[in-house]
Amino acid sequence: MSMPALEPVAPGASLGRQRGVRRLVAPFRDANGVSKAVVWVGAFITTAFVVLAIFAPVFAPYEFDSFRTDDGVRFAKQEAPSAQHPFGTNVMQTDVLSRVIFGSRTAIQVVALALVVSLVVGLPLGLISGYRGGPVDRGLVLVMDALIAFPSLLFAIVIAFLLSDTFGRGVVTAALAISIVYIPQYFRVVRNHVISVREEPFVEAARAIGAPPRTVIRRYVFQNVVQNVPVIATLNAADAILTLAALGFLGYGIQPTEAAEWGYDIKRAISDAGAGIWWTGLYPGLAIVLLVTGLTLLGEGLNDVLNPVIRRRKTVPVAFPRRPEIGEGNEGAP
Amino acid sequence: MKRESEAIATAAPPLLDVHDLRTHFALRGSFAGRLLGRDAGSVKAVDGVSFALRTGEVLGLVGESGSGKTTLARTVLGLVEATGGSIRFDGEELVGMSERDLRRHRRRAQIVFQDPHASLNPAMDLLTAIGHPLKIHGVATEEGALRRAVSDALEHVGLTPVERFLHSFPADLSGGQKQRAAIARAIILGPDLLIADEPVSMLDMSVRAKILELMLTLKDEFDLTYMYITHDLATAKFFCDRIAIMYLGRIVELGPAEQIYDDPKHPYTASLLRAIPEPDPSRSVPRDVPRGEIPDAVAPPLGCRFHPRCPRAFEVCGWESRDLRTLLETRWTRLSEDDYEAERRVIGDLDALDEPALDCVLPAADGHFPDDAMSVFEALRSDEPEDPFFKGVAEVGTDPRGVRVRFNDAMDPRDLDLDGTRVQCHLHDREALEAARRAG
Amino acid sequence: MNGPVLSVRDLRVWFGTPGAPVRAVDGVTFDLVAGETLGLVGESGCGKSTLGRSLMGLLPEGAACDGEILYDGANVVDLATRELRSIRGPDVAMIFQEPMTRLDPLMTIEDHFLETLRTHESDLSKAEMRRRSLDALGGMGIPPTRFGQYPHEFSGGMRQRIMIALALVLRPRIVIADEPTTALDVLVEAQILSILSDLRRNFDTALLLITHNLGIVAEACDRVAVMYAGEIVESGPSADVFRSPAHPYTRELLASIISLRTESLRSIPGAPPDLREPPPGCRFHPRCPAAMQVCPSLSPVPVQVGTGTVRCWLHGPEAMIPAGGTAPLEHRTLEVADEA
Repeated sequence: MSMPALEPVAPGASLGRQRGVRRLVAPFRDANGVSKAVVWVGAFITTAFVVLAIFAPVFAPYEFDSFRTDDGVRFAKQEAPSAQHPFGTNVMQTDVLSRVIFGSRTAIQVVALALVVSLVVGLPLGLISGYRGGPVDRGLVLVMDALIAFPSLLFAIVIAFLLSDTFGRGVVTAALAISIVYIPQYFRVVRNHVISVREEPFVEAARAIGAPPRTVIRRYVFQNVVQNVPVIATLNAADAILTLAALGFLGYGIQPTEAAEWGYDIKRAISDAGAGIWWTGLYPGLAIVLLVTGLTLLGEGLNDVLNPVIRRRKTVPVAFPRRPEIGEGNEGAP
Repeated sequence: MKRESEAIATAAPPLLDVHDLRTHFALRGSFAGRLLGRDAGSVKAVDGVSFALRTGEVLGLVGESGSGKTTLARTVLGLVEATGGSIRFDGEELVGMSERDLRRHRRRAQIVFQDPHASLNPAMDLLTAIGHPLKIHGVATEEGALRRAVSDALEHVGLTPVERFLHSFPADLSGGQKQRAAIARAIILGPDLLIADEPVSMLDMSVRAKILELMLTLKDEFDLTYMYITHDLATAKFFCDRIAIMYLGRIVELGPAEQIYDDPKHPYTASLLRAIPEPDPSRSVPRDVPRGEIPDAVAPPLGCRFHPRCPRAFEVCGWESRDLRTLLETRWTRLSEDDYEAERRVIGDLDALDEPALDCVLPAADGHFPDDAMSVFEALRSDEPEDPFFKGVAEVGTDPRGVRVRFNDAMDPRDLDLDGTRVQCHLHDREALEAARRAG
Repeated sequence: MNGPVLSVRDLRVWFGTPGAPVRAVDGVTFDLVAGETLGLVGESGCGKSTLGRSLMGLLPEGAACDGEILYDGANVVDLATRELRSIRGPDVAMIFQEPMTRLDPLMTIEDHFLETLRTHESDLSKAEMRRRSLDALGGMGIPPTRFGQYPHEFSGGMRQRIMIALALVLRPRIVIADEPTTALDVLVEAQILSILSDLRRNFDTALLLITHNLGIVAEACDRVAVMYAGEIVESGPSADVFRSPAHPYTRELLASIISLRTESLRSIPGAPPDLREPPPGCRFHPRCPAAMQVCPSLSPVPVQVGTGTVRCWLHGPEAMIPAGGTAPLEHRTLEVADEA
């Protein structure tokens, strides 16, 4: 086939990227007001906690385990909220506010790490399993279904327990334990989506132009499957926070000396409740509720905005203009 | 344009030579069946297809859904694995070729799909999508060269000004524009063979002409050879040099386009032609449409596959037990409910007739005599004595179980050459007509 | 024949969007007479499906209706949901395009029929219901032995026939068929069309056949209405319209059809307009080979031409065309990029 050479055209690659960005942003622009509000609120809360987590030493008045001031004066035990300790102190003579702030650092660290591990393992497995099918797929599905069948909290406890010998009882163990619980979920969602995308004509077209399987998976299947992931990831993160807190509550979570953790604090606060000491349990509890809510709102909001099936565009209500003089169709009905 | 291609040298070997090609999809069957090693059967989508395609020719593959035409196209490209037979492309055997070699083969044979809205990757802009074949096969990888090649292809398919389309995504385009883009992607590697699978059936009427015109222009410009798959005989007549009519996995008629339309030899072809809706108000809806529908490809009818629906079937066309069931059930749709109940009561389990056989029993129900079942059969015969079915019945008699029906031996239709048209039909087979005379 | 069974007067159906509304149906007027088949024909995006759905009140959220759909003295546009539901079925029935997705896969055919009959004619005995169902199915060629089977056990053509039987078992006065044969092969299509053709003979039903296929309209419909960009541009007895089309769009559409007698290809330049911003005046004028100066400025009025009606300035009324309006219009060359 003869193709006459064209003049090299001015670089239009930036135009392509512009259009690409516009495509990503488009659903947000068109979205219904309620969905957008939900996304903003969720994003704001989540970001607030992330900022707290990153800049914990800046925001927190004390270390998470400090039980005395710089001068060596010990903190009071279970002191009610005051100017010195805005959230009060707990039975270990540590500042509740600092523990809440450092607790958010722990939570964000663990959940972020768990997310990354789950994605790195679950996503490729789901892609390959869904695309290839056959005995590999059947085997993996069997394994993943078995994993899902375990009660997730129990499973996390067992894994945390087993891993604690090798990795100690820190952030890494907790993150790994949680990630193993969520890997099957990513696997399943990605695999199901791949199976439906795999039958699409454009994937067959990719094979028809001679693309090898890894190119087909990477450029044709993955790009169309990955839109689901942010939603699943945020919703899983919310669930992971709760699992981490539960681990801590039951005593299988992070070693108290290693980091502050909300679940552990709540557990210690149970005995306080009877004595009328409310600040040791309330604040960690509130933190959990707030972060989980933030993540959930973000996830659900993203789903409403991005999911083409359920998204509702904001529509301007229709107002019929007054009928024009000419072009009226009232006479001469056929 | 079409006429010129007939002057192609017939001495040159064909570009594509398909011989007795078979593509069967195995059915999974029940779990118990698989455990016991029972064969669940297979869908015989393509079941013995032979044809040759010369360079520069346009071959139309016409058939309804279930005919196997789509599977045939995919097998020729290697997108689906053939079960048996041979496909020689420019001398090279494709059946049994490794996946890697097949990918290499795809530089020379390309396809345009039916649904323009689904055959382009929604996440790729046109520059990436149309340029991708070049990247995959290493023809052009550097950005400037890719851009030039894609711009050129866009110009050839009429998507100008090129700047407007290079960075568009499929969602920004109309159906016709998407199909043009798909064609650009298919021709950019300079293939020899282009398979078009119903390229215009999902487009509006006024757009079809534009796309077909484009395809004809490209054919002349780039010396393409086309395989044009469709169920629409009207566009096939306009577009193709030769036409193959497919039914249930076989080619039943193959010949020059003019001959197919002026003088169809196979009753199926004739009925397809009669059924095409024409914007001519003096015509009315055809009343002599063949009865029934295209059957399941898992267990095709015995003998000639079209015989249950054929208005001209006769003794040796392959009448069998399942036809008896169909006839009986059709009769019952016309009876009043009381009459139907009366007859139904007398007949036993009709599933006994589902096993294809030339010798079967219409069972009488428990507590009823075979004579009762026979009277139902006689009523059936007296209502429609002219039905071709009865030509196929060799012998009828009662039997302790019910009515025993024996059919004439079924003959498998074979390829017959009639004046340049190849047909698979007993009506033109002297041997079959002889056998029928003897049986009748 | 009596007066029309259904009268549509100046119907507008607009869809709300983030921006300007989509004017899917923009001032449509026609009548449906008992025992007659009216073919509503047009290309994709012309609004014919929306029109069909609006007649039954089956529009999605975000759609707004204006105008009159007069049935039995009431205006369907104003009816509440409950009242709409009571006329859907026994009075107006609809046959959809994709029979696969319209039957409940978990219910047998028998269940489908019994549910329909129980809802609308609950005073019938079970035996009578069965008789009616088998009758309807028998008329479609579905044997009574298959009454207890599930939808997936039937082929596409048979499912469409079951749908038609379901629509007819209540003996509605109006049947709206929205592209009933588009998803089917040509032989099955012919079978379905002959069934639909018999409707008017046997049951005096009024049939509105919505399609893009001019061939089936010519063969199966008494009258035809051609739609373009939300308006009916021409209507009349199908024999007359096909023999001598009055509107340039009808002429061009007929010319672009590829039939067995086609010698050369013809197409209509350009593409159907964006219904959010339709062209001013006559909506077809940017693509019309016979456009005049008046066409972009004034919307044409329906005019009686022979046995039919047309909306086209080529047919007047003369009195309404300003001076110089009949001079030909210069077109801007349409690029291929503007084409569909």
